[in-house]
Amino acid sequence: MNMLVNKLADPIALARDAVLYSHENKSLLRFIACGSVDHGKSSLLGRLLFDARLVPDDQIETLRKDTGQLTGPDDELDFSLLFDGLAAEREQKITIDLAYRFFATAKRKFIVADAPGHEQYTRNMATGASTAELALILVNAQSGLTQQTRRHALIAATLGVRHLVIAINKMDIVGYAQDVFDTIERDFRSFAGRLGDVELTFIPVSAKKGDNVVHRSQAMAWYRGPTLLEKLETVDATPRAARSAFRMAVQWVSRPTADFRGYCGLIAGGSVVPGQEIVVQPSGQRTRIKEIITASGELARAGIGPSVTLTLTDDVDVSRGDILADAAAPATVADRFNARIFWMGQGALAPGGRFHIKLATAKAAARIAGPIQLIDLADDAAVKPADSLLGNEFGHCTLELDRALAADAYDDNRETGSFILIDAESHDTVAMGLIERADAQAQTVPVRTSLIGHAVLRIARLFGARESHSRSIAKALSWRFTGSFDTFVIGWLITGNSKIAGSIALTEIVTKIALYYGHERVWALVPWGRR
Amino acid sequence: MNDITFTTAQARSSYLDQLEAEAIHIMRETVAETEKPVMLYSIGKDSSVLLHLAQKAFYPGKLPFPVLHVDTTWKFREMIEFRDARARELGLDLIVHINQDGVKRGIGPFTHGSELHTDVMKTQGLRQALDLHGFDAAIGGARRDEDKSRAKERIFSFRNAHHRWDPKRQRPEPWRLFNAEKRKGESIRVFPLSNWTELDVWLYILRENIPVVPLYFAKPRPVVSRGGTLIMVDDERLPLEPGEEPQLRNVRFRTLGCYPLTGAVDSNATTLDDIIRETLDSRFSERAGRVIDKDGAASMERKKQEGYF
Repeated sequence: MNMLVNKLADPIALARDAVLYSHENKSLLRFIACGSVDHGKSSLLGRLLFDARLVPDDQIETLRKDTGQLTGPDDELDFSLLFDGLAAEREQKITIDLAYRFFATAKRKFIVADAPGHEQYTRNMATGASTAELALILVNAQSGLTQQTRRHALIAATLGVRHLVIAINKMDIVGYAQDVFDTIERDFRSFAGRLGDVELTFIPVSAKKGDNVVHRSQAMAWYRGPTLLEKLETVDATPRAARSAFRMAVQWVSRPTADFRGYCGLIAGGSVVPGQEIVVQPSGQRTRIKEIITASGELARAGIGPSVTLTLTDDVDVSRGDILADAAAPATVADRFNARIFWMGQGALAPGGRFHIKLATAKAAARIAGPIQLIDLADDAAVKPADSLLGNEFGHCTLELDRALAADAYDDNRETGSFILIDAESHDTVAMGLIERADAQAQTVPVRTSLIGHAVLRIARLFGARESHSRSIAKALSWRFTGSFDTFVIGWLITGNSKIAGSIALTEIVTKIALYYGHERVWALVPWGRR
Repeated sequence: MNDITFTTAQARSSYLDQLEAEAIHIMRETVAETEKPVMLYSIGKDSSVLLHLAQKAFYPGKLPFPVLHVDTTWKFREMIEFRDARARELGLDLIVHINQDGVKRGIGPFTHGSELHTDVMKTQGLRQALDLHGFDAAIGGARRDEDKSRAKERIFSFRNAHHRWDPKRQRPEPWRLFNAEKRKGESIRVFPLSNWTELDVWLYILRENIPVVPLYFAKPRPVVSRGGTLIMVDDERLPLEPGEEPQLRNVRFRTLGCYPLTGAVDSNATTLDDIIRETLDSRFSERAGRVIDKDGAASMERKKQEGYF
C-alpha cells in the first residue's frame, strides 16, 4: 500500500510502469528537427529529453563537466551538447551531419532525425524528411521568419511530411510577448499556401528555460495550445499509404526447397489477405495470394509495415525488383517518369545525364530526358527554367529508363513513388527522386520550347503578370506560325516567287515572336479593360 | 499475437513490430545486393536479437550467410559456452577467428593495455577475418543510441580497402533505398539495429523469448573493484594486486566483451522483467561500464575510423 502511494506521488515511476506493461501498444513517430544554425535546435531537443527525464545521470554529469557548470540551476546547462556528435562538429559548435536520436515516453517511441540547418547541408535535411511524419521547425523569436525557415518548411512539405510544428524559440529573450509570436505565425501562414496539404501548429517555447517544451509555461498564459511533447505524443502517425492500395516490392525470392517459392518484402501500401487477386508488375501477370508467411505463423491479413513472405497460387515468373500490387488498383508501368529531383551530386545535373536508378527494389539505367526546371526554394518554390541543377537544388525533369518499371505518384505512396539516382562511376547516391507522374505518355512539362523561346522565358522571369509566361510564349509561337504561314501565302501570291516569300516568312518568325511576346507582356501588365 | 495484431485493417502494429520489419528489410537487402555477406556474432544481447531476426528474415529457409565470431581469447567463459551451444542448436555455419599474430605476440589487456589489446585482437582480427574469407558485407548489431559517433553512421556504412570509415564521405540514405554499390576494394558494414535502443532490445528479447548469455542476469560472482569498475575474476589470468581478495557480489552485466574490460553492476535482476525494470529505472547509460570507451574523448569515433566495427 505504501509503495502504491509512493508511486502515485511519483509520476515518473508510474509512467515507467506504464511503459513496461503497455509497450506493445506504443506507436512509433519519426520526426525531423530542423532550424537555422543559431535558432537553438540542439538545445531544444536536449531540453526535451532532460525535462522528460530521459537523460541518464552519467550523461548529465558529462554535460555539467562540458558546460563547466558542476553545480547550479538547470537552465545554465548547455543542452545542445547532448546532441552534437562528431569531434569536428563539437569544435565548430554546429551540427554538420544528420544524427538520429531515440527516446520513448509512456505513449510513443520517437526516432528523431536531427538535421543541420545550413543550406549546404540541405541533403541531410531532405534525407531526414523522407521518412518523417512530422517536422519540427525552429524559429528564433528575435529574428523572426527567415528565408531558411521557409526553405525548411518547403523541403519538408515537398518530401511528404504532413505535420509541421513551428516552435518559436527564445521567447524568454523577447519577454514572452504574444505579439512577437502572433507576427511570426501570421508571416508563416501568409506563405503556407505554397506547402499544400499540411497541418500547421505554432508553439511558443524557450529551450533555455523549458517553457512549453514538456512543462506548460507559467510565463505565457496567453498560449492555450499543446506543449511540444503533447503535440509529439498525439499527432496522427499513420502513413498515408496505409489507406491506399496493396503494394509490396519483392526483395528476395526464397527457395529453401524444390517445392517452396516465397516472395519476401515489406508491405508498402494498403493491406493484403490470402485469396486476394494481385498483379505482378511490370510483367502484368495476374495471380492470387496463397499464404502470408512469417516466422511467427501465417497471417490472415497483413496491413502496411511488416516484412513478410508471400506465396502465390500460380507458378508465375517473379523476381527481385517486381512489385506485387492490388489487381484492382495497380501501379503504373512506364519507362518515362516526370519527377521532382533533389540533386546532391558534386557537379551539375544536366539533360542527358546517365545514372543507375533504384526504385523500390528495382534497378535500371536512367537518362535525364528533356529540359530541367528549377524549383527555387529561395523564391517560395517558384518554378523557373534552368539549364541544369546545382548541388542542393530541387527541380522537375523527365527520366527515361532502359526498361519499364512499376511506380506510383509520390503523393500516393512514398515507397513505390520514390527513387535514388546513383552515379555509375563513383557509385555515390547523387539524387533523390519523387515521382509526379508515371505513364507511357509522360511528357516533358511544359511543352518543349525552342532555344529562342528558352531565352525569352528567362527574360520573362523579370516580369510578374497574371498570364503565365509559358502561356504567353505558347501564344506567341502559335500566333507566329499561323501569321507567318499567312505571310508566306500572301508573299507567294503577290511575288510569285516561293523563295522570296519563304525568306520573308522565316525572318519574320524570328523577329515577331519576340515582338509579340513583349507586346503581350506589356498588355498583361495593363489592368484596363479586364473584366 | 499476430492474430490479434492484424484482425482489422485499421490495426496498427506496435513500434517493436516496426523495428523488426525494418531490420528484416535491411538484412534481405544486404543479401540481395551483396556478393558474400557475413553476420558478425559477438554473443551479446544485440547479437542474439540479430540472429533471431535473421532467422525470421529467411524463414522457412536457412540463414543465407555464415556467422563470424572474432574471438579475442579474453571473452567470458560463459560466452564461449553459450556461443557453441547456440551454433549447435541452430545449425549455424559458425566461423571463429582468432588473430594468431596477436596470440604469438602474447597481446593481452593486462600486459599491453586495453587500447592495444582491443586494436590487435578485435579490430585487426576482424579485418583479417573479412579479408581472409573475402566478405564484402558484414552485418553487425551496433545501435545508434550506443554512442554519439554511431548516431550519425548510416545503416549501410562503407569502409575503404583499409577498412577505414570516413564520416565525411557518407552516402545519404533517404526512404528505405539503400545503395549497396561498392567502389573497388570497399566493403560494407550493415547495421539493422541502428534504430533500436537498449530498452527495445530487452523488450524484444522478452517478447520473442530469445535466449541470452546468463551473465546478463544477477547472481553472486567473484569480483574485484578497479578504479570504481567491478571486474569479474573469470579465470586465473587476472593478476591480483597484493592483498587483493575477490569478493562475492550479486552482479550482472549490461554489456559483454572481454572480461577484464567489462564492468559489472550491482543488481538483483534475475529475470527479464527485472532487467527491463532496471533498464527503465537506470540513471546510467549502457556503455558507462565499458573500459575502452573511456580512453579519451571522441575515442569511439577514432576507433571506428581505424576500422573498429
